[in-house]
Amino acid sequence: MSTFQKYLLQKSFWFLGAFLVALSLNFFLPRLIPGNPVDAIISQMTQEGRADSASLQKIYETYMAEFGLDKSPAEQFVNYLGKVVRGDLGTSFARYPAPVESIIADALPWTIALQLPAILLGWTLGNVFGAIAAYKGGWFDRGGFVASLVASSIPYYCFAILLLYGVAVKLDWLPARGAYSFGMYPAWSWAFFNDVMDHYWLPFFSLVIVFIGGQAIGMRSMAIYELGADYVDYSHGLGIPDNRIVRYIFRNAMLPQVTGLALSIGSLVGGALITEAVFSYPGIGTALFTAIRQNDYPVIQGITLMIMVAVLLANFMVDILYGVIDPRIRAAQSGQ
Amino acid sequence: MSGIPVTMDSPPPPAAKQSAQSRVRSFTRMLSTRFYVSATMVAMILFFAFLGPFFWGVGEPKQIVGGLYEAPSRELILGTDNFGRDVFTQLMHGTRSSLVIGVVAGLIATTIGVVMGLTAGYFGGVIDEMLMGITNVVITIPSIVVLILLSIAVGTKSIVTMAIIIGVTSWPWTARAVRAQSSSVRNREHVDLARLSGASTVSLMFWEVLPYMLSYIFMAFVLQLTSGILQEAALSMLGLGPSNAVSLGIMLHWSLLWESVRTGAWWAFIPPTVMLTLIAFSLFLLQSSLDEVFNPRLRGR
Repeated sequence: MSTFQKYLLQKSFWFLGAFLVALSLNFFLPRLIPGNPVDAIISQMTQEGRADSASLQKIYETYMAEFGLDKSPAEQFVNYLGKVVRGDLGTSFARYPAPVESIIADALPWTIALQLPAILLGWTLGNVFGAIAAYKGGWFDRGGFVASLVASSIPYYCFAILLLYGVAVKLDWLPARGAYSFGMYPAWSWAFFNDVMDHYWLPFFSLVIVFIGGQAIGMRSMAIYELGADYVDYSHGLGIPDNRIVRYIFRNAMLPQVTGLALSIGSLVGGALITEAVFSYPGIGTALFTAIRQNDYPVIQGITLMIMVAVLLANFMVDILYGVIDPRIRAAQSGQ
Repeated sequence: MSGIPVTMDSPPPPAAKQSAQSRVRSFTRMLSTRFYVSATMVAMILFFAFLGPFFWGVGEPKQIVGGLYEAPSRELILGTDNFGRDVFTQLMHGTRSSLVIGVVAGLIATTIGVVMGLTAGYFGGVIDEMLMGITNVVITIPSIVVLILLSIAVGTKSIVTMAIIIGVTSWPWTARAVRAQSSSVRNREHVDLARLSGASTVSLMFWEVLPYMLSYIFMAFVLQLTSGILQEAALSMLGLGPSNAVSLGIMLHWSLLWESVRTGAWWAFIPPTVMLTLIAFSLFLLQSSLDEVFNPRLRGR
C-alpha cells in the first residue's frame, strides 16, 4: 500500500469517527429534553386547539413510530441511522405533515445563492487588500488595518441589523424583507429576476464586507510573517522588481488562505444563520429561527445535520487536497 | 475566524536579571497608544455594566415603565421596548450578563484547553495521540451545531448554564496551541534539571513548563472571552438564550421577534448592537496590542 493510500485510509477513518460522534450528538441531545418530544408536541397542539382528538391520536401514532420511542435506545439509534442514510429526516411538527427534507430543500438554494458569491468575492478582495497593506506599510496599512479591524469586529449580525435599518428602513432604497416581494411568485421572468436582485443586495453586502475584513487581517499577518523570511531579503539583494517579490510572498501566504476558503465554503450552510433571520431571507437560517420558535425538533435536527455534513465534508476534502499538494504532510502522517 | 490567529514563535528566552522597577518600565515602554485606548474602553464598559445600575436606570430590567416603543425622553433616555420596559436599564444589565457569560465561558474553555494541551504536550506518545484525537474530532464538528443541540437539551438556562455550554464547546483551539508550545518547552534543560532534583510530574508541568506560556494563555483567554460574548449573542438571537435574564443577545432577539427594526424604533436595537460592537472592538484591539508586546515581529508597524 502506498503512503498516500495509507494517509487516505487514516483520514477516512478519523472522519468516519467524527461523523459518528456528530450523528450521536444529533440523536441523543434532543432526547434529553424533559419528557419526550412527542408528548411535548401533542400537548402543544392540544393547547393551540389545532386538531381534534381523533386526528391527534393519528399524529401521536405517526410520531411514536417515527421516533420509535417504544423501542430500546439502541434500536432507536440504529433506526435513526438507517433513516439518515436513506435521506429520511422525519416529519415537521409545526408544518405537519410536511417532511423535513422538503423544508430544507426549499430553503437551501436561497442560502447557497446568497452565501457562495459573498464568500468568493469577500475572500478575493480581502486577500488582495491584506497583501498590499502588509507590503506597503505606512498609512495605507495603518488605515486599512484599523478599518478591517472595525469591519471584522462588528459581529456580522449587528452589521446586518444596522444595514437593514439604515438602507432599507431609514433611506428606503431597498426592500426590507424576504427574497422577493409579497405577491410575487417564483417564475423565470425578468420582472421576477429584478425583484429578486433588489432583495439580494442588502444581505449580500452585509456578508461580503465583514468577510473582507476578516480575510484581510489574516492575509496581512501571514504576509508580514513571510516578509521577514530570508528569501525576501535575498530577492531584494538580487534586484528583483518589487511586484514580483509581492507575487512570491502572495503565493507563500496563500496556502492557509486557500484552506480558509474551502472551510468557509463548508460552513456556508451554517455560516450566516442570523443574517438570514434578520432579513427574513427564506434560507436555512430563517427556517431554523422559525423552527426554534415553534419547538419543531425534527426540523432543527435536520438543519444541524445538514450543517455538520457540509463542514465535515469540506474538512475532509481539504485534508485530502493537502495530502496531494504537500508531500511533507504525507510523509509526516505516515511517520517517515 | 474563531481560531486563534497568533503566530506561534517559540517563547522568548528568559530576560537577563533586572530590577523589578526597570522591568516594569521597559514593559510599559512597549505598550502602544492602541493599548491605552483599548484598556480605557474596556474599563468604561466594565464601569457601565457593573456600577451603572447603582447610579442610573429604574432598577429592574423587566419592570414595565411606559407604553410600547416610547421614543427617548428626558426620563427614559433610551425610550421603551416592545413591552414598555426601560431600554437603558436593560442595556446595563444586558451588558453585565454578556460580560459574565464571556468571562465564565472563557475561563472554562481556557482551563480545559490548558489542561488538555499541557498533558498531551508534556507526556507525548499515546496520551498525546488520544487527547489530540479527541481535540481534532471536537474541532471538526461545527460548534454552532453543538451549541444549538446542547441549548435545546438543557431547556431552561441561567446565565451560568449558558456560559458552561459555550465554554465546553470552545476549548480545542487553545488545547492545540498549548500542546504545540509545551511539547517544545519540555525538552529544555531547566526542565531536566528540575526533574533530576526530584520534582513531581505535576510540579514540573505547572512550574517549569506552564510559566513560559502564560502570556500566550492570557491572550487566548481574551480571545475566548470575546468569542464567548459573540456566541451568546448569536445563540440568544436565534431564540436559545438564557431564560430568565436580559443579555445583549436577548435584547436583539426581542428586536427581531417584535420587528423593532422595521417599525423604526431605533432606540430598541441600536444600543445593544453598538454595545456588542464596542465590546468586540475594544477586546480585539487589546488583544492585538498585547500581541505586539509579546510578539516582537509585529512591533513598530
